[in-house]
Amino acid sequence: MTAWINTLLQGVMLGGLYALFAAGLSLVFGIMRLVNLAHGDLIVLAAFILLALTHLTGIDPFLATLIAAPLLFGLGYGLQHLLLNRALGRDILPPLLVTFGLSIIIQNGLLEAFSADSQRLQAGAIETASIRLGPDLAVGSMQVITLASAVAVILVLNLLFYRTELGRAFRATSDDPEIAQLMGIDNRHIFSLAMAVAMVVIAVSALFLGVRANFDPTIGPARLLYAFEAVIIGGLGSLWGTLAGGIIIGVAQTVGAKIDPEWQILAGHLAFLAVLVLRPRGLFPSAGQ
Amino acid sequence: MALLQAHRLTAFYGDFQALFGIDLELHEGETVAIIGANGAGKSTFLKTITGLLPANPDSVMLAGRPIGGLPAAEIVRLGVSLVPEGRRLFPSLSVEENLLIGAYGRREPGYWTLPRLYQLFPRLAARRHAPSQSLSGGEQQMAAIGRALMSNPRVLLCDEISLGLAPIVIRDIYAALPRIKANGASVILVEQDIVQAMQVATRVYCFQEGRVSLAGRPADLGREQIHTAYFGT
Repeated sequence: MTAWINTLLQGVMLGGLYALFAAGLSLVFGIMRLVNLAHGDLIVLAAFILLALTHLTGIDPFLATLIAAPLLFGLGYGLQHLLLNRALGRDILPPLLVTFGLSIIIQNGLLEAFSADSQRLQAGAIETASIRLGPDLAVGSMQVITLASAVAVILVLNLLFYRTELGRAFRATSDDPEIAQLMGIDNRHIFSLAMAVAMVVIAVSALFLGVRANFDPTIGPARLLYAFEAVIIGGLGSLWGTLAGGIIIGVAQTVGAKIDPEWQILAGHLAFLAVLVLRPRGLFPSAGQ
Repeated sequence: MALLQAHRLTAFYGDFQALFGIDLELHEGETVAIIGANGAGKSTFLKTITGLLPANPDSVMLAGRPIGGLPAAEIVRLGVSLVPEGRRLFPSLSVEENLLIGAYGRREPGYWTLPRLYQLFPRLAARRHAPSQSLSGGEQQMAAIGRALMSNPRVLLCDEISLGLAPIVIRDIYAALPRIKANGASVILVEQDIVQAMQVATRVYCFQEGRVSLAGRPADLGREQIHTAYFGT
């Protein structure tokens, strides 16, 4: 019994990581209808940036994330402003092709710069610390922090969306880009800001990706897949739904792995398919979609 | 000098030409009505003025300054605001948020503020936190007008504000017009209802197939004349 509770707990914690992956993807898709096929690779790129920062300066990955976040904010703004805004339009194919190309470029660029070796962010003692919940039950501190960060990120994004003027502009642009311009909203600037915010979420995702397990330049697309599934399960446009989606995939994966280690990935995809069959619009579809 | 002037204005949707050299003037304090059949180019004209469709710089002048083809977000900052056809409120914003976002780009201090809009349209005040899509058609139209007023425009463009509304609601909406005009906005109305247009307009332009087929003061225009200009012969 305790073993199963433990499995469920691990799954929920893992779901926090997937929710972080998904939040950035959901943000970008929600505001500009851009399916960013390079999202997973951007997370891996951010992880390598954190790695480089920790190696060069000797600071711990948490501090490195704080330093990298504004850099990535700027990178996101520039990426959207110089490249992706040009690809956006009535046709949905160009943004797919451009981000797919970007994905390949990032992977190969990282291979050139960092080789194919597996890397890991070293966070020190906190990696092995755990919180005891019962005689046979404990959760890793790092995993708890991951889930708490996912909740915090989604909370902050919701505040940004529903309590600020910028958030209002985000939602208006998402609703009706043509009329948004008539309000004096510069859509391209709004899109660039959205990508910049998404890159900050990506920085946080990269931190927990890199501390939790090994990463190398090729693992981006699989992270993208988990993020996609979490977004679809949660329902497009709902950030809390995205958290639920991440947790469902996380729990399915750990339960699958408990039954047979080979079933881990498969179980996550099966859970996704099951939700698609039962609730094609996701669990918490937003009214506006 | 005209407040807003269109001079030989043309507009295209791809290869299709929708406007063939429109000349139109709006003077300070005027209400100009544009009438015409479906497809005459009335909405296209407003879209071109607001920058949603491209135009030659000199073909649209605002107080003597060329604004043709500027980005739409720029034009609203200069004081031209549109109440779009079909109202087009933002569905994921509440009524009040829809009004607030009207002031996003242009921060000119002016007469129109949230409290004054709620005074103008008291029905909106009661529903300020409601989702915009839950309003009745008339209330949505009031919100759309309020949203356009929040930028304190010098030129207010209204596209078919009576479309699909009950006569009593239309009367309520048109009752707001004098106060809107008294507080700094000159108005261009696109209106299918000719009688309504004639009642409120200082001058009327009739469009036919992308051209101005008739222009003048309502009192000077005969029924027969309008009929010909409206439908062609």
